[in-house]
Amino acid sequence: MKEELIISGRNIPNIDPYLHIWHWQIPIYLFLGGLAAGILFFAALFTIRGKSEQWNTAVKITPIFAPLALVLGLFALFLDLKHKLYFWQLYTTIRLESPMSWGAWVLMLVSPISFVWVASYLKEITPKIWTNSKIVNLLIKILIKPVENSEINWEWKWKFVRNFEKFIQNNRVGLAWITIVASVILGVYTGILLSAFNARPLWNTSLLGILFLTSGFSTAAALNMWLSKNPEERKLFSRFDIVLIIIELFLIVHMFMGFLASTEVQIEAANLFLGGEFTISFWVFVVGIGLVIPLIIEILELKGFHVPVAIPAIMILIGGLIFRFVMVDAGQITRYLY
Amino acid sequence: MRYAMAIDTKKCVGCSDCVVACQTENNVPIGYARDWVVEVVSGQYPTNLELEIRSERCNHCDNTPCVRCCPTGASHIVEGGIVLVTHNECIGCGACIQSCPYDARYPHPEGYVDKCTFCVHRLNEGLKPACVSVCPTKCMYFGDLDDENSDVSKIIESRKWKTLAPEAGTQPQIYFLV
Repeated sequence: MKEELIISGRNIPNIDPYLHIWHWQIPIYLFLGGLAAGILFFAALFTIRGKSEQWNTAVKITPIFAPLALVLGLFALFLDLKHKLYFWQLYTTIRLESPMSWGAWVLMLVSPISFVWVASYLKEITPKIWTNSKIVNLLIKILIKPVENSEINWEWKWKFVRNFEKFIQNNRVGLAWITIVASVILGVYTGILLSAFNARPLWNTSLLGILFLTSGFSTAAALNMWLSKNPEERKLFSRFDIVLIIIELFLIVHMFMGFLASTEVQIEAANLFLGGEFTISFWVFVVGIGLVIPLIIEILELKGFHVPVAIPAIMILIGGLIFRFVMVDAGQITRYLY
Repeated sequence: MRYAMAIDTKKCVGCSDCVVACQTENNVPIGYARDWVVEVVSGQYPTNLELEIRSERCNHCDNTPCVRCCPTGASHIVEGGIVLVTHNECIGCGACIQSCPYDARYPHPEGYVDKCTFCVHRLNEGLKPACVSVCPTKCMYFGDLDDENSDVSKIIESRKWKTLAPEAGTQPQIYFLV
């Protein structure tokens, strides 16, 4: 028998009896970050391949959700900080060995890109921008002025904004290349961030980066599939999703094989999911509802059975969110000592 | 200069004077602790029952995961290998807490992350850390490992020792004499 106890009466909030320093704010950000990364990746990919008219939901409409997800995600991250007034210290230095530092700077790069992407397509998405509400129109008037024109009844107020819009519209492929690289870094760094904490055996696997990337891209493909009104585009994203889900299932199985072939702390971490307290939430909600059932539905859809597209899409999004909640909560319970 | 600590587990009685001294010296908030005492009971009565008592704290590692993961550089290493946190550079993100295998760090109620500092303010005046100074069984040794005449260096040469979780790769600098 072996019993290891702290006998001096330590009872630090969030550290004892189990570490629980990251709460709901972090999984919400990880989900929104992965979603935004995937949305921007697909938008940029089709722009580079010249298919922005053919797959116009993916390139023009879905990116509206990217800045929204990023702003909400960044707000969640800010709420998680315990020394909030000093958050600006993140941007006074870049530390290449800290994945959290990369993340802070990548977000600084991707957020403006996502706003610029949406703004550059705004004339196509909403040619008639004025609403019936006086207050909303007043807010719009900060950046935009009305114009007499039967097609597009508005224009940017300031000249440098109009010139910038023209510059972006002439250099879409260049912007798309930068966006693709930035979105892949955004999608993968969240997993690399967790895997850099060698003190949490559940997270300390190099598969986590690519697993989070695949999961983020899969949620974005599901969103594109849901939002698109073009059946060809829905079929395309359905096929993307099938491939991404199969890769994700493969990575999850491999991750567990790796844990079980590792040291005792990793085996204990894997046992949390193989009979421990996270068994049901992982295998039923994340793998079952989030991956396997949508996979079956999408394969059936391709064979001709018609299922409302919202169903697999919502399941994939919920599965992605619960995956991050489970990983963050379970990871903090795993440890080397005591 | 490489500061390190050696603690004789055969002489430690688990009185927790080191815990109270540290809390008093460093104004640690109530309920929080920069160091703590662990008791390990192993084996079976009457054949091989064993008891080990350890006073643990931040190990001021040589290969610190906490300094590596800090996004602002608030966690840093000073002369002597002591790991410190600059309070007004810390954003309270908790990355260092996640990366420490010894659970040595804690979030201070004021927002920054805090931990054992080897009483660097006492070292600057030529004193030993508070915990080492008050130990009633004198089982704690502190000094410079690079100086072969310091009591830490001499005790490490003469006794068997172990470190905590060496498989975590952190190269901790607290040696438990067994």
